[in-house]
Amino acid sequence: MTINEGQPIIVLENVAKFFGKFQALKNINLTVAKGEKVVVCGPSGSGKSTMIRCINRLEEHNSGRIIVNGNELTESEKDIDAVRREVGMVFQSFNLFPHLKVVDNLMLAPRLVRNTPKPEAREIAMKFLTRVRIADQADKYPAQLSGGQQQRVAIARALCMNPEIMLFDEPTSALDPEMISEVLDVMTDLAEEGMTMIVVTHEMGFARSVADKVVFMDQGEIVEMNPPVEFFESPKSERTRLFLSQILTH
Amino acid sequence: MIVDFSLIIDSIPKMLTGLSLTLQLLFVSAFLGTILAIILLLMRISGRWYLQWPAVVYIYIFRGTPILVQIFIIYHGLPQFEFIRTSIFWPILREPYGCAILALSLNTGAYVSEILRGGILGVPRGLHEAGSALGLSVRQRFIYITTPIAVRLAIPAYSNDIVSLMKATALASTITLLDMMGIARTIVADTFAPYEVFISLAVIYMILTLIIQKSFGWFERYMSRYLKKEA
Ligand SMILES: Nc1ncnc2c1ncn2[C@@H]1O[C@H](COP(=O)(O)OP(=O)(O)O)[C@@H](O)[C@H]1O
Ligand SMILES: [Mg+2]
Repeated sequence: MTINEGQPIIVLENVAKFFGKFQALKNINLTVAKGEKVVVCGPSGSGKSTMIRCINRLEEHNSGRIIVNGNELTESEKDIDAVRREVGMVFQSFNLFPHLKVVDNLMLAPRLVRNTPKPEAREIAMKFLTRVRIADQADKYPAQLSGGQQQRVAIARALCMNPEIMLFDEPTSALDPEMISEVLDVMTDLAEEGMTMIVVTHEMGFARSVADKVVFMDQGEIVEMNPPVEFFESPKSERTRLFLSQILTH
Repeated sequence: MIVDFSLIIDSIPKMLTGLSLTLQLLFVSAFLGTILAIILLLMRISGRWYLQWPAVVYIYIFRGTPILVQIFIIYHGLPQFEFIRTSIFWPILREPYGCAILALSLNTGAYVSEILRGGILGVPRGLHEAGSALGLSVRQRFIYITTPIAVRLAIPAYSNDIVSLMKATALASTITLLDMMGIARTIVADTFAPYEVFISLAVIYMILTLIIQKSFGWFERYMSRYLKKEA
């Protein structure tokens, strides 16, 4: 078992999050080791997005502690910046900057945040576009690409910042079925290279082959957390069994 | 009614001598008004109540009252105050030209700042989040993501506002300025032929409107080039 090897790079301790009076996260405890791949699944509205968005402070947690690569997320701008420099994020809706060409989408953050000189930023951008197998589209605008291509660009854009950790929030949910595998392939490559990843997805094939552990969430709680074999073969909670029977028969 | 074509032929060139003043009022007020609009906008989105609040009140006042009233207050009202007559602004406020520019700029600034704010609110939230997740600061997101997209979204409404401003320049004739409208009124006073003169004038304004709309339409297509599916 590799699960508890390596030092923890992400720690969530008793994290709670409220939207007004509604509690979206309840007592979340999660530790992710360096290089570990965690797949998060659960019904819509169960708090999966909210949890991973707390990790790079797109949402602010209300209590508990979140420590990413040694930086605890607090009000401090400096800590937030430090965490965001280590954490890349890929969204369901790609969120590419529509007014910038693909290569400029990739160069923007290195140039602004890391002050990388232009030629070097371009070199980095082309390197990652090649890795997601889309270098030939560098001078197009996002609207001229297919969904699968856009999502691969979004992954490359995050990688240009050299993150230690990648967060994926349902990266294939908005894609036509024939484009899902091209994105999952890129994610699998990344996993094999040792990237620490938290992936919210219902692609159970991906979870089985890539995940070190699978987290099941329901109603703002982590209900179950286990290596994929145990998770799929002998789910402990009734809610997990019900969820699995629903998505696996689809 | 008999239409006096010779009068039309005579009066059009005369009215066109006011075109340069009409265009000056338009361009100078549009320029100053847009700068004012950007300042008001930054105040409104600053998140600081002592900046937001004055901007909101300002916008409410200038959008909530007729521009003709604003022109009259500035031209007839301000000189009543001793401190205005002794201020460094008096050389401008003494002239009807300065008063017209001031009134048109202040008025259009209020409208345009709301138009720009609409553009900013139209930028999808996901793009801000993507920028934040990449580590961009608030200022960097505003400059490199929000602004270019908001400008494109604001062009159609901005174009309409510039057309309104162009039509509003005709009100400058009420404070003695001889723009196209001012000249038309003097011709009518001499010839007692309101139809020929004013209909000709209306046609000239319509042509200006058409030119403004076409120019902004071109600008919008240019700014939206990245949304086209093909390269
Ligand atoms: N910005 C928000 N304001 C209010 N409620 C929200 C907000 N974001 C999420 N929620 C609520 O929190 C719950 C969890 O949402 P989310 O984390 O997006 O779920 P999931 O990603 O698992 O589908 C849902 O009930 C959702 O309606
Ligand atoms: Mg979600």
